[in-house]
Amino acid sequence: VSSEMDEIVAEFLVESIESLDRLDRDLLALERDPDSREVLAGIFRTMHTIKGTCGFLGFARLERVAHAAESLLAGLRDGSRSMTPEVAEILLRTGDAIRAMLDRIGATGAEGEDGNDDLVSELARLRDATSDQRPRASDRSAPATVRIPEPRSGGADATVRVDVAVLDRLMTLVGELVLARNHLVQLDADRGDPALASASQGIDRITAELQDGVMRTRLQPIRTALAPFPRVVRDLAIALGKQARIDTEGEDTELDRSIVEAIKDPLAHLVRNAIDHGIERPEERVAAGKPDEGVVTVRAYHEGGQVTIEVSDDGRGIDPSAIRARAVELGVLTADQAGRMADRQVVDLLFLPGFTTADQVTTVSGRGVGMDVVRTNVERVGGSVDITGGPGRGTTFKIRIPLTLAIIPALIVTSSGQRFAIPQANVLELVSVDTGELRSVHNAPIYRLRDRSVPVVSLAGALGEAGGARSTGSLVVVRADDHRFGLLVDGLSDSVEIVVKPLGRHLSGLDVFAGATILGDGCVAAIVDIVGLAHRAGIAGVDPVGIDVADRAPLPHVDTTSLLVFADRSGSRMAVPLDLVDRLEAFPRTAVERAGTDDVVRYDEGIMPLASLDELLVDRRRERRYAAEEMPEDLQVLVHREGRSLLGVVVGRIIDVVDEPLELQPASRTGVRGTMIVDGRVTEILDLPALLVGRNERRGTGTRAEAGAAS
Amino acid sequence: VKRLTTFAIERRSYGVDVSRVQEILRPQDVTPIPLAPPDIAGLINLRGEIVTALDLRVRLGSAARADARAMNVIMTSEHGPVSLLVDEVGDVVEVDESTFEPPPATLSGAARDLIVGTYEHEDMLVMELDVTRAIDDTNPSGTDVEVEDR
Repeated sequence: VSSEMDEIVAEFLVESIESLDRLDRDLLALERDPDSREVLAGIFRTMHTIKGTCGFLGFARLERVAHAAESLLAGLRDGSRSMTPEVAEILLRTGDAIRAMLDRIGATGAEGEDGNDDLVSELARLRDATSDQRPRASDRSAPATVRIPEPRSGGADATVRVDVAVLDRLMTLVGELVLARNHLVQLDADRGDPALASASQGIDRITAELQDGVMRTRLQPIRTALAPFPRVVRDLAIALGKQARIDTEGEDTELDRSIVEAIKDPLAHLVRNAIDHGIERPEERVAAGKPDEGVVTVRAYHEGGQVTIEVSDDGRGIDPSAIRARAVELGVLTADQAGRMADRQVVDLLFLPGFTTADQVTTVSGRGVGMDVVRTNVERVGGSVDITGGPGRGTTFKIRIPLTLAIIPALIVTSSGQRFAIPQANVLELVSVDTGELRSVHNAPIYRLRDRSVPVVSLAGALGEAGGARSTGSLVVVRADDHRFGLLVDGLSDSVEIVVKPLGRHLSGLDVFAGATILGDGCVAAIVDIVGLAHRAGIAGVDPVGIDVADRAPLPHVDTTSLLVFADRSGSRMAVPLDLVDRLEAFPRTAVERAGTDDVVRYDEGIMPLASLDELLVDRRRERRYAAEEMPEDLQVLVHREGRSLLGVVVGRIIDVVDEPLELQPASRTGVRGTMIVDGRVTEILDLPALLVGRNERRGTGTRAEAGAAS
Repeated sequence: VKRLTTFAIERRSYGVDVSRVQEILRPQDVTPIPLAPPDIAGLINLRGEIVTALDLRVRLGSAARADARAMNVIMTSEHGPVSLLVDEVGDVVEVDESTFEPPPATLSGAARDLIVGTYEHEDMLVMELDVTRAIDDTNPSGTDVEVEDR
């Protein structure tokens, strides 16, 4: 019985804490709009439920507080009391007191001795105080009583509460499945057995879907991280003598729960900062022609397989010249350097440890957390932070974070005979280099990449291994903090999804590694922590600005390419640049005719040969034609035109057209230009021209013959 | 009755409490970790779990083994399994507790911290190791690796 009781109490705590978050929000809404019956009803219902449940569970003190608050709320509801700042304040304090009592129950199982007597008598006093300025309930057109709507039950049946531990366990198992799948795919590649190939493709597809599905179960709306902000903003604005409110958008945007946890503090810091440093005092705002109330907006949305969270304010904005002056004053930059730096680079200086332009240090943004910690915390979960805005225009912080952490795309490199994984999130591009092409400034090697020099770090050297005296290698251009550098490795071995496992406690002090993973062949590889490595190699940290002030790479401006994304018959995702596709067509199966050994269709007053992806990508899948009965009812065809010759490429399913920068990782098979992440999924970018050349070579025909067929 | 899993390092015979031994594995592929302290031979893949392999030679004050392909004695711990690399694995033996003697006062160095005492077993001296200390994450060889809680 007692464990059953514990369970009931635990559930009560979870639900009550959730309703208290809502209560805070509702009270603030009521403060703005004291006439909202609906909001008032919601508040009343929350308090009523808490009171009822804690009475049932025997938490008498808690019940007494909730009861006193409920009585006051009843007064508001029937119009005998009016909503005043004083009432709002006391109700918010009641929420805090209840939360504290719930915390105590959670920690000790008992509600403790504090009965909050002052609060209870204050609540009673306000309830009994006669209200004069308030119109009587009968004067109002609104009904004097509010019908409390039934708790909404829509959709409740379709959801279940699941213990987080169960989800974590599932994620671990999926991680193991991904490893087993990688192993199987590797075996398949080695053997070339058709039966194994088809089994392996099946497992591959199912694993990807399962991984996606389980990842989704762990997603949590970002609302939980945003819930405290309305209250924080209100209290802070009052403390600072400012007027401010917070608007949130996209609270339903979902993220892995561990990431939601990780960004709570950075977000709170940015919001506090916005009120403290961004929003001006009312008189200053009015003088600048702005409304006296400042607005902090938090927007969350999905963008390209990542989540973007923007924290913006309509305050005074960041003045680059003030930062320049401050940087010179702190000795971070010389006046000359400061003058030469672009504004947006200057603004990035705010992320340096200990850098602040606040005229006075307030207790508010203090807390020992600076912008550098915000950036560090966000980067720890694989994200990035950017600042935009300018004097008078307000400031926007843009945080980009991945959806999940447990399974990440990584580049596998070799160095000194060992393999290491580099998270793709850090990789900007790959360059194959001759060590002869490296130059050096004194003994610091650099590489000229498109007229900019990039400091080069040898992975082996940074890891204290005997540096290979190889004459060729690959340069993995990576980004850490705001630094771009080239990591020289012996070779690139693969681009795969890896399951991140922590390094054991014996190795947790090594900040050059972020964890370890198991590769397809069962061997263990360490995952390089690019930020840690940069610090170790002296790229960042020591003199974060000085390193490449003159030569700071601007944020890489990326040209995007329109890609047509589709799936082959097994569900693998592929894409081709859209400009190689003349049109998309669908043909019914019955339209396919045979001409010699070709499947053809009549098209555009000519005859267009069809080629399946299986046929084009012969290296892994054997060259064969669709047997008639395997052919789908409708064929999705990309029409490729080269001169006058046409070819219809039969794909499984058209998925999307996206605009993405082409950031290709090396391909593992011929006919593929490389792989990249599109919409959060690994996608192969096909080299269509090369595939067609390959096809023609195999068939012993040139494009001429086809031109004839097509005309 | 005290039961020890015995193994040999540099021809000396050691034993650990059998209840702390999860399993014995043949030599595994060990992935060395650059910049790791010298007593850490590397990481192994134990059925999908990544396990740290400790070079017990270094922990006992000797030079590191040249080749990490050694027998693995997988120990349980509250933080998950840890592998101890040893030269040879012996039997599980029941030792006569009356033969127990504390380590000699003259024993010094790294070994002193790990060796609980000795037992006579079939004319052999078996040195019992303190399992917790043998696999803990302090660094007996004294290199300056900062251990922090992540």
